[in-house]
Amino acid sequence: MRLEYFQLIDRIVDLKLAERKITTEATVPTTNTIFEGHFPGFPLMPGVLLIEAMAQTSGWLVVAANRFERMAFLAAVKDAKFRMFVRPGQKLSVKATLAHEGSGYAVTTASIVLDGKNICDATLTLRVLDFPNGEMKQQMRETATRVGFPSEVPVNG
Amino acid sequence: MSSTFDTIANIIAETCDIPRDSIKPESHAINDLGIDSLDFLDIAFAIDKAFGIKLPLEQWTQEVNDGKATTDQYFVLKNLSARIDELVAAKGA
Repeated sequence: MRLEYFQLIDRIVDLKLAERKITTEATVPTTNTIFEGHFPGFPLMPGVLLIEAMAQTSGWLVVAANRFERMAFLAAVKDAKFRMFVRPGQKLSVKATLAHEGSGYAVTTASIVLDGKNICDATLTLRVLDFPNGEMKQQMRETATRVGFPSEVPVNG
Repeated sequence: MSSTFDTIANIIAETCDIPRDSIKPESHAINDLGIDSLDFLDIAFAIDKAFGIKLPLEQWTQEVNDGKATTDQYFVLKNLSARIDELVAAKGA
């Protein structure tokens, strides 16, 4: 995770567009200023950042489904549950399934697995819009390369 | 078997916590019922699932923005019901 840049996903482990599924990996850093306040003496990964990890994972799936022509923006979070504490240094497996592709929006069901246990899940709605500008699209492409966006996924534009 | 209007009125009532009896065929989803664009995504999702269609929200929005259509054509519920019936019929054609 690059918490300072709000880039929580380290790599795409598996992306199966035909099955509308993605799995990513995100390792919580061992040290970060966030843990100095959340909480002193008992560092925990904030639940809102777990939601963000699921949102970013869902985003990569939606971007892939749109052939990198459109961007996903988090619009709604439903039924978010946090079942266990997440501590510094833990490696998370983040999963998302595309439940519905609407016109200008998508709905995903997402979860986080730690040591084989489902520790967090939510249903996310994302707005699907054209990239606001070329700079953002280019930055997303560079990030995609860093996280291992699969080359076999058709990419236009 | 409930009508298209009844189905979407029930969806709106449940999704937006609006009393069912205040939702009329003449109601405008935005102007009369106060549904915002984010809530309408939830409604669209429920409608898409209920009818097995994909409401063309982006196309409708573009037509309104371009002055080619009014919001009444798509967001007055009796008109929305008619659009949904057309989409369902087109799917079965």
